[in-house]
Amino acid sequence: MFKKDISPGSKSKVKSSVQRAIRTQITTTYPLLAPYIDEIIPKKEQLDAMKIPDRVTLYLIGPTPLFFQHMTDAILPHLKLVHRFPTCFPSIRIDRGAIRFVLSGATLMAPGITSTGGRLPSGDKDEEGLYGESQKGSVGEGEREGGGWYGGRELEEGEPVAVCAEGKEEACAVGVLSMGTKEVKEKGKGPVVEEGHYLGDGLWKLSTE
Amino acid sequence: MADTAESPAEPQSRHVTYCGVCSLPPEYCEFGGTVKKCQEWLQRNHDDMYERLWSADALAAATSSLSVDARKRAEKDAHKKALKAEAAEAKHAQTISASKVYIKRIERNKRKYVTSVTGLEAFGLENKKVAKEFGKKFATGSSVSKVPSGGEEIVVQGDVSEEIEEFLLEKYDVIPEDNYELVEHKVKKGASAT
Repeated sequence: MFKKDISPGSKSKVKSSVQRAIRTQITTTYPLLAPYIDEIIPKKEQLDAMKIPDRVTLYLIGPTPLFFQHMTDAILPHLKLVHRFPTCFPSIRIDRGAIRFVLSGATLMAPGITSTGGRLPSGDKDEEGLYGESQKGSVGEGEREGGGWYGGRELEEGEPVAVCAEGKEEACAVGVLSMGTKEVKEKGKGPVVEEGHYLGDGLWKLSTE
Repeated sequence: MADTAESPAEPQSRHVTYCGVCSLPPEYCEFGGTVKKCQEWLQRNHDDMYERLWSADALAAATSSLSVDARKRAEKDAHKKALKAEAAEAKHAQTISASKVYIKRIERNKRKYVTSVTGLEAFGLENKKVAKEFGKKFATGSSVSKVPSGGEEIVVQGDVSEEIEEFLLEKYDVIPEDNYELVEHKVKKGASAT
């Protein structure tokens, strides 16, 4: 979606009523984010909207990008926000070999997830709140707090996900599933996340000051 | 209400360090194409992280999971990317050395002057922002206007050409000193008169 570099557009202030609507939209889409919503979007803070090409709106507070939305599609978190609250988003994991393709903007294909390095929500309650390598504790700061129901539930088509990578702590992309996770497991091929926001793309590099 | 207001004070969010060279989280630097520079930067600024990410066993662990074939392909790809990044950088360096910033003093009305600055875009600066800064710094009017020949210039009220050079040198060290050019520009009588 953001393969090309984006030049920052003009910011406009968001009406407080719209801001409230966005808040509720975020909390319903990402229930795990609800406890932190006041930290992300403080009630008194003025939310800004920036129009960027392809009818995408980026919401930010001051210089911090928070969410972006294509027309009226699902509201997706900016990767910087995912990095700040890693456990609050449903996530899948890709294997090492797939990282470089994702980081150059390719569509995420099923084999990258179904292989040994990848991970899908298993429907297993034990894997709740799994993000990246965090649960194994082999890399990084070990287990993180605030586990939820994400790892423990099959994700449906059209749901937003954060894409983590094997051996990495941080998420490398966000996007919308174009195939439910159950189907991915059964089929094992085809595109899974099309057109997302990945590290180093135009949206990532967009200067928001 | 007081509780909710206080809870954000203690940071709930994690603070993630981003690479100063390629802006990605350091663990993804290897995919960025400017690996060497990123490594140097990380070693200088975050030594502990450098140790963790680029030590020999960390690298071995990372590559061992891939098949030989895939590794080869990845290597080739990385090499290509690095070359591309290098080429882009060389090009950038060239444009920097080739382009100049012109600071023009334009006589407006006998002893009154305006100063126009052009050529900042080539160095990746934004005219609009720099204009605002000039205005703040020199406490004068400062605006961006279009030049008939295409492009933009910053017009600052008053003769501040030397101060501008100093200010720019100090603030934006991407521009080498030799690339400044002070120009005296006289407008013929009648042309500027309103």
